[in-house]
Parts: sequence; C-alpha cells; structure tokens
Amino acid sequence: MNSTLTANRHTGGAWTMGVLFALGAIVSLLWMAKAPSPEMGFHAFIFFAFFTLGCFALVKRQYDLAGAPAVPTADDDVGYMDGVIRAGAIASTFWGVVGFTVGLVIALQLAFPVLNFDLPWTNFGRLRPLHTSAVIFAFGGNILIMTSFHVVQRTCKARLAGGLAPWFVFWGYQLFIVLAATGYVLGITQGKEYAEPEWYVDLWLTIVWVVYLLVFLGTIWRRREPHIYVANWFYLAFILTIAMLHIVNNLSLPVSLAGAKSYSAFAGVQDALTQWWYGHNAVGFFLTAGFLAIMYYYIPKRAERPVYSYRLSIIHFWALIFLYIWAGPHHLHYTALPDWAQTLGMTFSIMLWMPSWGGMINGLMTLSGAWDKLRTDPVLRMLVTSVAFYGMSTFEGPVMSIKAVNGLSHYTDWTVGHVHSGALGWVGMVSFGALYCVVPILWNRERLYSLRLVGWHFWISTIGIVLYITSMWVSGILQGLMWRAYDTLGFLEYSFVETVEAMHPFYVIRALGGAVFVAGSLVMAYNLYRTMRGDLRDEAPFVGAPVRAPQQGAVAAGE
Amino acid sequence: MDYHTVSAFAQTWGLVFLVVMFLTAVAYALWPSNRGKFKKAAHMPLEED
Repeated sequence: MNSTLTANRHTGGAWTMGVLFALGAIVSLLWMAKAPSPEMGFHAFIFFAFFTLGCFALVKRQYDLAGAPAVPTADDDVGYMDGVIRAGAIASTFWGVVGFTVGLVIALQLAFPVLNFDLPWTNFGRLRPLHTSAVIFAFGGNILIMTSFHVVQRTCKARLAGGLAPWFVFWGYQLFIVLAATGYVLGITQGKEYAEPEWYVDLWLTIVWVVYLLVFLGTIWRRREPHIYVANWFYLAFILTIAMLHIVNNLSLPVSLAGAKSYSAFAGVQDALTQWWYGHNAVGFFLTAGFLAIMYYYIPKRAERPVYSYRLSIIHFWALIFLYIWAGPHHLHYTALPDWAQTLGMTFSIMLWMPSWGGMINGLMTLSGAWDKLRTDPVLRMLVTSVAFYGMSTFEGPVMSIKAVNGLSHYTDWTVGHVHSGALGWVGMVSFGALYCVVPILWNRERLYSLRLVGWHFWISTIGIVLYITSMWVSGILQGLMWRAYDTLGFLEYSFVETVEAMHPFYVIRALGGAVFVAGSLVMAYNLYRTMRGDLRDEAPFVGAPVRAPQQGAVAAGE
Repeated sequence: MDYHTVSAFAQTWGLVFLVVMFLTAVAYALWPSNRGKFKKAAHMPLEED
C-alpha cells in the first residue's frame, strides 16, 4: 500500500508533463524571436510564460511531496479529486463577472456610440467577440468542466482519471481563454462567429480538449457503478461533439508558420454551411446538452427527489442528439444554400420541440412532491426558473426557424433577444444554481453564507433578463417591419439610419437590463466568496407560509 | 464515387441506419425488464455528498 502510494506520488505523469512543458517553453521562445508582428510576439510570450510557470509548479510539487509524510492526502489517488473543481468554481465566477461586464459595455456602445472611443482596441467589432467568447467559453466552459468533474466522480464513485491531467485541462483551458481574449482586442481573428481564435489557438484547444475527453472517459472506465448515469451521457455528447465541430470548422491553412493569419479550407456556401453546422451545434451541444447534464444532476440533488422519469431522460438524450445535428441550415434561410437544405434545417428545428419540451417537463416534474421547497430554497427556485427559460427559448427557436417568420426576424434584434433568453435565462440561471450547490459542498460548509442574498440575486437577474428580452422583441420586430415597409410607389419607406434611430430607446432599456444582471452576478460573487471563507450570515431562514387548519365555520359560510 | 452516389447512399442506408439506431435506444429505454435498473438510476444524484 505504502509503496504504491509513493510510486503514485512520484509519477502521476509529472515527468512527462515537465519535459513537454520545457519543450513548449523553448518552442515559444523561438517563436517569439521569429514572430512577424508584435501581437504574435505577445502571444508567443504568453505561451512561454504558461510553460515556464507550469515547469515551476511541477518542480515545486515534487519538492513539496518529497518533504511530506507518507499519509494519503487529497492529492494522492485516494478519494475524490476536488481541488480542480474548486479552482473551476472560482474561475467560472470570475469569468462570468468579466463576460457580463463586457456585454454591458457593448450594449452601452450600441446605445451611445461615443463609447467606442475611436480606438481600434475598444471598438465594438473587437469587443463583441470578447463578450461572446467570455460568456460562452470562459464562463460556460469553466462551469461545464467544473460540474462534469464533480458529477462524473460522484455518479461513478471513482476518482478522476489521469493523475495531473485534470489540472492540465483546467490551466490549459484558461490559457486558451487568455489567448482568445487578448487576440480579439489586438485584432487577431479568423472572422468566424463563435470560432474567432486563429489556427494556433485552435490547435492548443484541440490538445486540451482531447485530454479532457480522455480524463472523462477514463473516469467512466473506472466506475464502481454498473450503470452510467444520464448526466454523464449528456456530458460525453457535449465533449465529443464539440471536439468534432471544433476540428472540422477550424480546418485552415496558416499563411506562415510563425504568423497569426490563416485561411479556411472551405470557401463560399460550403464555408457558410460548415460554419453554421458548427455554430448551431455549439448551441446544441455546448449550451444545451452540457447544461442539461447539470439539470439532471443538480435539480434532483437540490430537490432531494429522484429524476421524474428516467426512461424519458434516455429518450430525451437520444432524440436531442439525433435531431440537433441537422438544424444548422436554418441560419442560412434565403441565402445561396440550396433550398432543400434550408427546408431540412427548418424541419429538424421544428422537430426539436419534442425532445426539448420532453426534457423540460422531466426537469420540472422532478419537483413533484417537493414544490413547497420553492418557497424556502432560492437556489432551487433559480434552477427551476432556468428550466422554464429553457422551455421558453426552445419554443421560440423553432418558431424563428420557420422560413416565413425568419424572413421577418433574421438579422434583427429579435435574434439577439432570443439568444439572451436562452443564455441569461437558461444557461446563466442553471449555472448560478450549480455554483450555489457546488461551493458549500466542496468547501465543506454547512450552508451558503446567505440564502437571502441568493433570493436577491434571483430577483435582480430575473428583472434584468425580462428588461433585456422584452426590449429586444419590440426593437427586433420594429426593425424587421421598418426594413420591409414600402410606400404606395413601391419605394422603401425608411432609410437604414431611420431604423437605427428608432431602436435607440430599446438599446438604452437593454443596457439597463444588462447592468441589473451584472449587479446580480456581483451579489453572487460576494456570497460565494464569503461562503468559501467559511462565514455564515446571521439571518432569518426562509419559512413556508403557515399551514392553516381548515375552519369549519368558513366552509359553512362559503356554502 | 461522385456526389450523387454518396448522397443516394446517405438518403437510403444512412436513413435506415439512423432510424434503427434511434429505435434501439427507445426500445432499451422502454424495455420492461430495465424498469428496476432505471428506478435505481433515478436516485443516483441523491447518493453522495
């Protein structure tokens, strides 16, 4: 036992990783010297810093372990590996606040263009991908990696596989985020929506993602439960499909070996279809399948009720997987894409109603017998509201994919509103709920610092979301109708700038909603920080309304 | 192997393959003898922590 323990401590892949990191540091140093532009040199420097710090951390770890007594600690192959999940909780809270704040900045830029400051780095065109990547990949991605590591260990009753590999996934993913974010601000982009990072960042993410997949599969392989819980199926579909989408959509040829610029392997309508096959399935498998895994674990856990119908969850999973992958062409209605492909995209989008609503019903009905908890547990309220928003936006999506509706809605703010009802309402709320569940468990606290603050966060963010999506509906439909309005002579009734002017009040309301949502996330960050520190706020607990005994007289009077 | 061969294959055998796979998944979910296993699985989130 003791010898295996020591053996485990000295390997854990640390030597292999150290050698690879040292090689990485040398290559990035050479790259820095050869970089054709200062921006590229800066990115090579970030790579160099990452590998050097990685080597330093590995050496320090070896020294720490050599000096430590030979008792099993959480760092050994005993028990669950929770440190990386704690790191993930901190990272996702941080990136969440950053991503929401950049969103607020660009919302204000649309309302008040002077805030672009006439500088290239603060221009809307560069900050917009910074916002989308920060919220989807930095916030959402960290939430998914963190919760998947939590859920897979608990439901498989096995420690994460791969020694130090989960830590490599965590830090490697943060490196990807920093490279992507700084790249956008400095003007490095391949111009594909939600896939803006250039070829070398794509290659780095591929390495990190494959290691992530292997860690996840390895943990499932070690499981001490015969059955693989449904949440793990959703996580696996998310990891595997994102790997496939990322690799295919980013197939490109760099102009030079040391430079940032590359050209896509596809051209014209093939490129557009590949992009939206990627783009829509990023919604389907990143923002839906991954977060449904969170729903299937944390809602039963928080409600202390089993999954309403496990059979439905299996059918939900397979139906979602089989249908989602075909829905992408609805992003290309009335374009050069062949008509039959557009109709195919529309048809599959409409069929998606069934698994989406099946899943929503399954999530909501898990509360049967525990509905009273909504009064007393604001965390559960947040999780349930997220599922309600999931139902709402997966109803709206298929409607918007119908060609006739799309003719009005496409390229307008309606799309932006739809995306945010899913992103803020579903992904945001379910992630907040998961964070509120995970932090007390992993820091070994009796409860959150304050449930009252969660109540505040719930209402603040709900009001923010409602302001956001209602203003975008009005603005979007207004915009669509103004674009297609003709006068009696058959001329367009409005010039483009008139439509922009008409949208101004709604842009201000949207920015207000965003500001409120950011404020809510700050309340959450404070609450989680105090919980991590181990503080408990002295506060009155939420209690349900007193149950009144039926009064004989009242019934008689009513009759 | 030109475009038409590939698309004809996808529209016939591809369709059959995917539908059969999906029906297998549904049959697995609804198979009566799996009832007990799934009932137990529905409680899995409640077991740890």
